[in-house]
Amino acid sequence: MLEFRKDIFADERDDNLKEVGQPTQRQDMLGHVTGTSPYYDDHRFANLLHLKILRSPHAHARIRSIDDSAAARAPGVKRIIRAADVPVNLNTLLSLIQFGKDDEPSLATDIVRYKGEPILGIVATSERAALEAVALVRVSYDQLPAVFDVEEALKPGAPSVNPTYPKNTFEYYNKYDHQKLRYGDADAAIAQPDIVIDERYQMSPIEHAPTETNGSITVPDTNGRYIVYTSTQALFFSLDTSAKINAIQSNQLHFIGGTVGGGFGGKVDTLTEPLCILAARLIGAPVRYRFSRHEEMQFGSPRGGERIYVKDGVMKNGRIIARKVRAYFDSGAYTRLSSYAVVKCAAHIPGPYTIPNVHGDIFCVFTNRTPATAMRGFGVTALDFALECQMDRGATAVGMDPIEYRILNAYRDGDMKAHRREAKNCALIECAQVAAEKANWPLRDEFRKMSSRQGGGAAAHAGAAADRSRAPASAAPVRAPATTPTSTPQRVAYERPAPSAPPPRPAPPAPPPRNAPPPPAAPAGSTHGAPRFSSVFGTRRR
Amino acid sequence: MAKHRGRGVATINYPIGMNLGGDPSQALVHSNPSGKFTVALSSIDLGQGMKSVTRQICAETLGVPVEDVYVDTADSDTGPHCMGSFASRGTHRVGNAVMVAAREARAVMMEAAAEELEVDPADLETDGRGSIQVKGAQHRSISVRDVAIAAQFRQGKTISGRGIFLVPLSDVDPETGEMSPATCYAHACLIAEVEVDDETGEVAVLKMTSAYEIGRAINPKLVEQQLVGGSWMGMSHALYETPEPYYPDTRNGPRDFNEYLMPGPGDICPHDILVLERPAPDGPFGAKGPGEMCANPVLPAVANAVFNAVGVRVNDLPITPEKILRALKARGGAAAPARAR
Repeated sequence: MLEFRKDIFADERDDNLKEVGQPTQRQDMLGHVTGTSPYYDDHRFANLLHLKILRSPHAHARIRSIDDSAAARAPGVKRIIRAADVPVNLNTLLSLIQFGKDDEPSLATDIVRYKGEPILGIVATSERAALEAVALVRVSYDQLPAVFDVEEALKPGAPSVNPTYPKNTFEYYNKYDHQKLRYGDADAAIAQPDIVIDERYQMSPIEHAPTETNGSITVPDTNGRYIVYTSTQALFFSLDTSAKINAIQSNQLHFIGGTVGGGFGGKVDTLTEPLCILAARLIGAPVRYRFSRHEEMQFGSPRGGERIYVKDGVMKNGRIIARKVRAYFDSGAYTRLSSYAVVKCAAHIPGPYTIPNVHGDIFCVFTNRTPATAMRGFGVTALDFALECQMDRGATAVGMDPIEYRILNAYRDGDMKAHRREAKNCALIECAQVAAEKANWPLRDEFRKMSSRQGGGAAAHAGAAADRSRAPASAAPVRAPATTPTSTPQRVAYERPAPSAPPPRPAPPAPPPRNAPPPPAAPAGSTHGAPRFSSVFGTRRR
Repeated sequence: MAKHRGRGVATINYPIGMNLGGDPSQALVHSNPSGKFTVALSSIDLGQGMKSVTRQICAETLGVPVEDVYVDTADSDTGPHCMGSFASRGTHRVGNAVMVAAREARAVMMEAAAEELEVDPADLETDGRGSIQVKGAQHRSISVRDVAIAAQFRQGKTISGRGIFLVPLSDVDPETGEMSPATCYAHACLIAEVEVDDETGEVAVLKMTSAYEIGRAINPKLVEQQLVGGSWMGMSHALYETPEPYYPDTRNGPRDFNEYLMPGPGDICPHDILVLERPAPDGPFGAKGPGEMCANPVLPAVANAVFNAVGVRVNDLPITPEKILRALKARGGAAAPARAR
């Protein structure tokens, strides 16, 4: 099922290792297979209390009044926790790394902004008693207009979701409502190519669906400390967030995690710990706050929906000369981590390809739905879906094999990326070649011989694009002239060779004018142009 | 009415670690007086194998058998700071921190051994089986256990090490987006073969073939579990899952696993995986991280295979039978597109 291709990049590797590379069994395997590995919820405490949350039934509403008097008298109820009880009610997760403004309350005060938003907590002697008391709370609401579509949310007159960002977009660098990426001149380039492909893609929201739902248990310790058993994916992230919201010192908290029943990004948000700790502090007894499956599915933050528009300018020879991406991340009602993913998405444009003109505008948009959060491939998964479907359309449009089309446009060592850093340590071409070979997907000879280590960056300027044979492993690294990392790429002329010849790879940041004719296929080992090796870019691990 | 076969491809890369860096992890390594080592981390093993990966990296760096290393995780009182288990950062960031700590501990261990053997530490090597010996003179050796006893009770040395790994935070140019998002990237190509039923709109994934370049497979079994599990998740994203089936309409959302569609065991297909290793200059033994990326190529590869099979493109995920049937109806039936060659 899994096999290695140790022959590829062997000259860059030291394979003389003893423990690294071995299929060693996990040290915790015995515990896992005998059911004795401890999860947070396997810790048992006498007199454990249970916290349950009253949640908003509306996507957007003003809270007129809350009557919890009947709930307070209900059997087993120990304490009602209201917004006023939370020492620092407003927080944003990335305040820990000084990114973004506090915009999300632990418990809603006057307005609820998504269906499921927490309003108050009830601590009782059993989960059932807590749930029955929650049902006794009477809240009267004035419903407000809500918005669920990312592009509707940006229109004038749309309901304002989040008062910290009243225009429904996260604010970047105190000046922009989106993250920009600008490289070359995509608008000018897209006016000229043979083919323009303009498409809209929609990534669906996704539930993390962990086997173990989010949860935590807080136990008062001696000397003013609290032990917190948790399912978190990020121990100190959750600890520091909890300390901030509770306005206590971080060393008053002792977080113990461990075995986790699935995370996938859904256990970074610290959804239960702050209120669980607050309850234990207010009452002085152990408290558990765990999500039911229904809460996990409906109110645990999902992967957000992302809408992505991609516009490519493609030449008949298969070269993509411009790519424009406009994307909207549906953050839900609050920021959580979507603002971060937007920047990561911008960095990922235009995918693993060398395209001389790239333009990106990425928005983090607030809507009246459950706040979205990190999930496996955060900021990238949806973009990869859009870009790779777009690549398929491009190949169809120019009549090329889809793998050859990708290899032709693939980034190589020394190429300049759109975020203005030189590509190095590339291996996209090799992955495509060996997967095609394994799947009996025929590739033309010249595409089977191309290499990530050749034909990139400055070598492309020198007309070495035709030297596509893979360099022999024994060849000495040759230092190629480096491109200036911050140079502004210029539009260059793109020649169209005869269909039989492999199309040349134009260099992205090329100094104009350049009109190298498509050179004939060079023999293997030719010094025509400069062969490129990873050592050109500095240290190579041996 | 018929079943149509098609195949689609996707090639992707994936950045390792938090975007822009600025996400440190620390590790502490120390020996007990029997020469058994403990790695203390606050990092979380989510099941992906953080403990195994750091354990093997520590053993390799120290030059001791993996059985002599135990990794303790997820305790804020004993484990030093770690940003967390996300962003494909575990192997790269935590692995590097463990490597730094293990190097420091190894240096003390070799010093203590040199004192016992009355040689220069530079003349010593570990055999990886629990002994330290003079290079070229294997008969002059001492066990790691005896070195630990000597260090603790006679020499007064602590065989321990501290490690931190931090990729410094990059600025972002607000106007151009110029930035240093990541120090290394993993790569993949995945080919999916599907069968589409033009009567029911159902898609069956028949086979996947993939190649992953991940720098270094620290533990091939753990790599395999990630890649197989990730491809299942990608297939599920492509064809089944969502809490909002008519997004942005919020209605008809599933509330539990009875209503939330996911592929079952019968929907899993054979998957041939090839692993390539082009070491990352700053990875521990060159390792990158396969954790997140392995779901990503499946989504577009399946979508492209559907097109290849019946000639319709579905741009909105998930690709449900309903969407396929509507697209087929609009197109006037299924037909394979013209092949390039």
